[in-house]
Amino acid sequence: MAVFKFASCDGCQLSILNLEEDLLALGQALDIVYFPEASSAMRPGPYDIALVEGSITTAEDARRILTVRQQTKRLITIGACATAGGIQALRNWADVESFKQVVYPSPEFIQSLSTSTPISEHVHVDFELWGCPIDKTQLLRVLTDLVSGVQLRLPGDSVCLECKRRGNVCVLVAKGLPCLGPVTRTGCGAICPSMGRDCYGCFGPTEGGRKGPGFPPNTDSLAVRFHDDLQLIPIEVLRRFRGINGYADAFKQEGEKWERKK
Amino acid sequence: MADDNLRILPAAHLQRLLDTLCVRGYRTVAPTARDGAVVWETIRSVADLPIGWRDRQEPGCYRLEQTGAQEIFGIVHGPQSLKPFVFAPREPLLQIERSKDGFTARSTVPPSEKVAVIGTRACDLAGLVIQDRIFLKETYQDSYYAARREGLFVVAVNCTRALATCFCSSMDTGPRAHNSFDLALTEVDDQLLVEAGSIAGQEVLSDLFLPPAPESLVAEAAKRIDACARSQVRRLERSRLPSALYDAHAHPRWDTVAGRCLACTNCTMVCPTCFCHAVEETPDLSQQQTTHVRLWDSCFTQEHGYIHGKNIRPTIKDRYRMWLTHKLASWIDQFGISGCVGCGRCITWCPVGIDLTEELPALLTPSEQQSVINRQQEASGG
Repeated sequence: MAVFKFASCDGCQLSILNLEEDLLALGQALDIVYFPEASSAMRPGPYDIALVEGSITTAEDARRILTVRQQTKRLITIGACATAGGIQALRNWADVESFKQVVYPSPEFIQSLSTSTPISEHVHVDFELWGCPIDKTQLLRVLTDLVSGVQLRLPGDSVCLECKRRGNVCVLVAKGLPCLGPVTRTGCGAICPSMGRDCYGCFGPTEGGRKGPGFPPNTDSLAVRFHDDLQLIPIEVLRRFRGINGYADAFKQEGEKWERKK
Repeated sequence: MADDNLRILPAAHLQRLLDTLCVRGYRTVAPTARDGAVVWETIRSVADLPIGWRDRQEPGCYRLEQTGAQEIFGIVHGPQSLKPFVFAPREPLLQIERSKDGFTARSTVPPSEKVAVIGTRACDLAGLVIQDRIFLKETYQDSYYAARREGLFVVAVNCTRALATCFCSSMDTGPRAHNSFDLALTEVDDQLLVEAGSIAGQEVLSDLFLPPAPESLVAEAAKRIDACARSQVRRLERSRLPSALYDAHAHPRWDTVAGRCLACTNCTMVCPTCFCHAVEETPDLSQQQTTHVRLWDSCFTQEHGYIHGKNIRPTIKDRYRMWLTHKLASWIDQFGISGCVGCGRCITWCPVGIDLTEELPALLTPSEQQSVINRQQEASGG
């Protein structure tokens, strides 16, 4: 197994290290041969499994992901950046040149694309792990299934299902908070609503990026509720959807709808 | 002659009931205020009850409000029915371990625990009776449910105040708890009318040494419960069910409601009768053991409609139609009773406030399109 990093904060890679005692079992089940975050001993490919963190934001990374793909049997993205472009995908609706001028004393040295895009826009992805960061239990489940040779599956349901299983009181209904839980994919264990705050969609849309009848989630109805009943103004509705997974199709389209209403 | 099962307890002495239940080995559970609603918690003291609070419920909205009064059971209900006590949201069914020559599977049926739930409403009791039919049917008795159900002691509270979302009266499930309770309380100002409904209830009642309830209290309690029934603003017209809803299969209203529905599963999670569940395998990385876990599921998820190679309910419209038709119509064919008890939770806890008492009449009113077809058929003599 190899672990690669692109444009990201390393939080998802840390989730691997946070497996703690399970790391020993993981080390026995898999040969971790390339993981610069954890070890300077790095062996070249080919690899059976590659976990890829981060989005593509430079021309060099766009080339590098092709070589990762060529050397890998099963490529799995880990986290919101790799899977949906991440928070840095906010640049996709902004002027990157002007950011460079403001932030860097010598902007001419910055070699950056004007977009942040998910790995799947560049190469074929075998499986996606959503979340900012990913959930270590989900990661372990996927790795266990890989080792066992069974089909990889993770629940695509809404956060609400998990909230109710945990006995949480709904923050949208009881407090009027603009919670994204109803259209956000489960996996986090409903952390935010369990702490009395509204979900901000860090696990992306329910059912991920699946397409077809019944997809994507009904973000429209929820957005109307935020606007009409919870008194959010259009830019606030836009910001709900344009966050960590703002570039994921379902959220992207809903955000753009409200951008036009601004 | 006074009914021996009817006693009077000053509201200020409710602690005596808790203490008696404790002495009899029950864990006492009651609604407590948390995060803007009430949830079931283990309590030892009456002071833990949300005294002086009421709930206001509207489609998609729940608020607690302080009244300043000393009302003990002013809050009708929170998001949870009795369901979590008997049908656990997540529970292991089997523990499987690899052995030298195969594997061993150990059942994980929970030990029966004595739990007294204080503050159960008639609608929830009706929900429990329906779940009993589903989980305790002779041939397919669910031993996990049975173990939890066995230890359950229900202290019902008859409703003397209806929420805007209540419609138990039209479902014949409330506001008075009719049977299947062990004790039923009716709060009348600073007095509680206590009624025993089972042998276990009678035993607890005899431990309390309460005087018989005066006729005036019994009459006042009945009057307030009746007033509560009459005050309900929502109702469900059931006379044409189940067939009329089957006939509405192609009604355009399903599209309208599907446009609002988030398929988020909240209605089914808070429903006292919804029993759908999924099972998942949770093997460890060393492949030596796995736990077979059952967890609450919902007919609103994509996965739920998936059968080999095909999803039979891919769209939200398919799923909402399936849920409402089952709940209000085919449930009757399947279990001989409606799947709805009129608690109104699915209305309150729907994030967008979809109201089934509004959807049903709309679905049973012939659509414009259908009326035109009918008129054409009449005109042509067919």
